[in-house]
Amino acid sequence: MKLCLVVDDSKVIRKVARRILEELHFDIEEAVDGQDALEACERNMPDVVLLDWNMPVMDGLEFLRAVRARDDFEQPIVVFCTTENDMAHIRTAIEAGANEYIMKPFDREIIEAKFSQVGLM
Amino acid sequence: MKTEDFDFLSGMLKERSGLMLTQDKIYLLESRLTPLARKRGLDTLDALIQKLRMRADQGLIRDVTEAMTTNESFFFRDNTPFDLFKNHVAPAMEKARGNQKRLRIWCAAASTGQEPYSLAILLREQWHKWKDWRIEIIGTDICTQVLDKAKAGSYSQFEVQRGLPIQLLIKYFKQEGDIWRLNDEIRNMVTYRPFNLLDNFIGLGNFDIIFCRNVLIYFDQPTKSAVLNRMAKTLAKDGTLFLGAAETVLGITDEFRPVRGQRGLYVPSSGEAEKLMGLG
Ligand SMILES: C[S@@+](CC[C@H](N)C(=O)[O-])C[C@H]1O[C@@H](n2cnc3c(N)ncnc32)[C@H](O)[C@@H]1O
Repeated sequence: MKLCLVVDDSKVIRKVARRILEELHFDIEEAVDGQDALEACERNMPDVVLLDWNMPVMDGLEFLRAVRARDDFEQPIVVFCTTENDMAHIRTAIEAGANEYIMKPFDREIIEAKFSQVGLM
Repeated sequence: MKTEDFDFLSGMLKERSGLMLTQDKIYLLESRLTPLARKRGLDTLDALIQKLRMRADQGLIRDVTEAMTTNESFFFRDNTPFDLFKNHVAPAMEKARGNQKRLRIWCAAASTGQEPYSLAILLREQWHKWKDWRIEIIGTDICTQVLDKAKAGSYSQFEVQRGLPIQLLIKYFKQEGDIWRLNDEIRNMVTYRPFNLLDNFIGLGNFDIIFCRNVLIYFDQPTKSAVLNRMAKTLAKDGTLFLGAAETVLGITDEFRPVRGQRGLYVPSSGEAEKLMGLG
């Protein structure tokens, strides 16, 4: 099974994402912000990170840049999942190395479609 | 719903659009036609049925027929057919039509446009090969409402997230508030027109590639055969036919055969399209 790290400061969102991804046969770990996520990656690198943008301590974009700057990391696939739904944010995320981008609200179909696009399913 | 009302409605729908309804789909009639009845100022579905029985009101019959179509579609639906198109079918046509530099593609149940636009985007992605070709992508559907949406090329946030890679969203769409609108360069590659697959195909011309996906499932066996047999006449001998994942030609027509190992891809029985496509 593939490991997905769900990074979101909202407990509700983490729970929804976990339920969908478990149905799609992913193992799940959770992190509450970018810093927390970075530590999770150091412990156990996930195959994919589902990443919120706006979070306290360290936001999603900062996390992504930090991950992509690390050459000692086995680079994970990163899928943004955020309410930031304008072209400027999407471009910024993709330029920073995101593989896909989900605009909230999301549902199972969107997660499934996006995850299969990046070759996870 | 009374049996005779069901028989009346399902008979009418079968004749108009080929739609086969069994008794277990009564709920579909109720859930889709009750709102239409209300819109027409009628209280109940019964009243609508009565009105239909009294007089063959063509406008009303058309609205009923359209309301009963299932129009779900998404970009790059099922992925495989579009990979096959990109990697095998388009290169085969590039060779076979290299002299005329003409390509005609028909999406025979185009619905809200995601299928023809997916093809247009794939061709646009390799525009250096195609820019001096005359490429026609024709999207047809029985339902005029979906064609209006297709022409507009405007999709919701939800619709652009089902199947469309984010890179292609960035490249080919403009954001207009909540709406994502396809660029004109893609929109202008596709023409739409209303067309009923039960009608004869004269006037459509000939095609190199036909996408007829997720529409035959609604028809009965003889209707499927008739449609496919007529399609065979409009398709080039070295052309290709794409059907939906739940559809086949086996046991339905001898005019086409499946390409071995390539789900959803069919070729004229008499032709040798596999060689051309490198799938032989
Ligand atoms: C489920 S959609 C398929 C859309 C697209 N081909 C896809 O696979 O995503 C089926 C479409 O077939 C159309 N349709 C149904 N009966 C038809 C008929 N007799 N002639 C033409 N189109 C028809 C419906 O209006 C509907 O838009």
